[in-house]
Parts: sequence; structure tokens; C-alpha cells
Amino acid sequence: MSDLSPVTFTILAGLSIACALMVVLKKNPVSSAFSLVLLFAAFAGIYAMLGAHLIAALQILVYAGAIMVLFIFVIMLLNADEPSFDLGRTHPVLRGIVGALCFMLLGFFVWAQKKSVGVSVLTGPFNVGAVEANGGNSKIIAELMFSKYILPFELTSVLLLSGIVGAVAIAKRNIGKSGGAK
Amino acid sequence: MSETSGVAPWVIQSFCAIIFFIGLAGVMMRRNILVILMSVEIMLNAVNLSFVTYARQMADMGGQMAVFFIIVVAAAESAVGLGLLISMFRTLKTVDTDEIRLLKE
Repeated sequence: MSDLSPVTFTILAGLSIACALMVVLKKNPVSSAFSLVLLFAAFAGIYAMLGAHLIAALQILVYAGAIMVLFIFVIMLLNADEPSFDLGRTHPVLRGIVGALCFMLLGFFVWAQKKSVGVSVLTGPFNVGAVEANGGNSKIIAELMFSKYILPFELTSVLLLSGIVGAVAIAKRNIGKSGGAK
Repeated sequence: MSETSGVAPWVIQSFCAIIFFIGLAGVMMRRNILVILMSVEIMLNAVNLSFVTYARQMADMGGQMAVFFIIVVAAAESAVGLGLLISMFRTLKTVDTDEIRLLKE
């Protein structure tokens, strides 16, 4: 069982923060998108070292695979890759307020987390030893998915179906409109 | 705390908060709708890492199940969101949110 060592965590966390800042600050959407891929990869590394192996694999497959391909395709389809630095267009006072609010909330969150260090938490049955004894992270999640969490699991299929139908409906209405205009 | 991890949970939670607020600042300050959607994905990822950390700290798999469902919802959300974006680009010929003012005019 690999554990999250402080050195690895520092490297991955620094990489993630740098990538997140680049996504927000870069002028070109394409460089934002590629920074986002790197951010997802760093997060997958952290998940794997925290023992969430299935989540790490899903992160690479769904986020770095599917969602990023969607983003890159949309950028390519729209030719929206010209630099647009719109951050400077926000009113300076508004920008200051937003920044100060974010920092205040962040400080409060860190303070609250630091304060709760000694508090004992209600622990469940799945500590590191139990996970290893029961066949690993993926097996336990799979068993839970089809027993305790079967209803939300089935509901996600309904959600995905409605997502597909919604996406097709949006695209099809536009095709009909442009065809009618011609 | 049942786990003796190399990194204290509150450090990881604080890291999640930093990433979340970078994403929030991106959503509130940027006007390019593509970058806004990417910032939403950053915020979702920060919350996912928070869930995984709590799941480890409390030795419970519920957190990882929640992350699984969040990933499914994020995939559906980005598909529909990018569909709407393309639809908006067809009518307005721009990805700038300042140009969405049909109700105002």
C-alpha cells in the first residue's frame, strides 16, 4: 500500500496550483486547456497515493480523456483560440472585492481545518488493513455500488440518458433552423 | 484519526480550498465562457479531492462513491454545457459573456 509522502505531495500540489493559476490567467484558451490536462494528471496522482485507485483511473479516463477531448474539439470547431485577455476588463474595485472575498473565505477554511485537528471523527469499517484484506479498493467500491448505492447508481444512467437527449435536442434544433433558412 | 498518513488531512484540505478558490476567482473574473467552464471543472476536482481525503480520514467508502457520482455528473454537465456554448456561438458569433444581453436590449 503506497502512502502519500510529504515530498510527493508537495511536488504534485505545487504543480496543481501552478496549473490552476495558468488555466485562469492564460490568454489563450488552448494553453488553458493543456494546463487543465496537467492539473487532472496531478490530481490523479494524489488520488492514487491516497489509496483511491479506482477514482484515479476514472479521473484519467473521464476527465483527462473524455471531458478534455470535448473541450479541445469545441475550441477547434469554434476557432476560438485567438487570445482574449478579458481579466483586465473587470472593474478594478470589483476585482479587488472578489480577490479579498476569496482570500477571506480561504483563510476561514484553513483556520477551521486547523482547529479541528484534534477532534476525533466517527470512523467507518474501511481502514487501510480492512481494504487490503477485502480485495482492494476497486472491489470494495464495486460491491458497494451494486448493494448499498444501487439507487443512485441507476439514477446516474437516467441522468446520462437525459444528458444525451438534451445535447442532441440542442444540436438538432439548430440544424433545423439553419436548414429552414436555406 | 485512524490513519497515520504522511501528510496531515488538514494540509490536503487546505490545498483543496486553494484550488477551489482559484477556480471560483476564474468563474467570477473571466469573460471567456470556455475558460469559465474549465474553472468549473477545477472547482469540481477540488471538491472531489476533499471527498477522497475525508473518506480516507474516516475509513469510509461513502466519500469515494460520492466522487464517482460527481465525475458522472461532471461529464454530463460538460457535454450539455459545451452544446449550449456551440449553440450560443452560432447565434452570437462570440464566446464572450459580455455579448449575452438579449434580455437587456
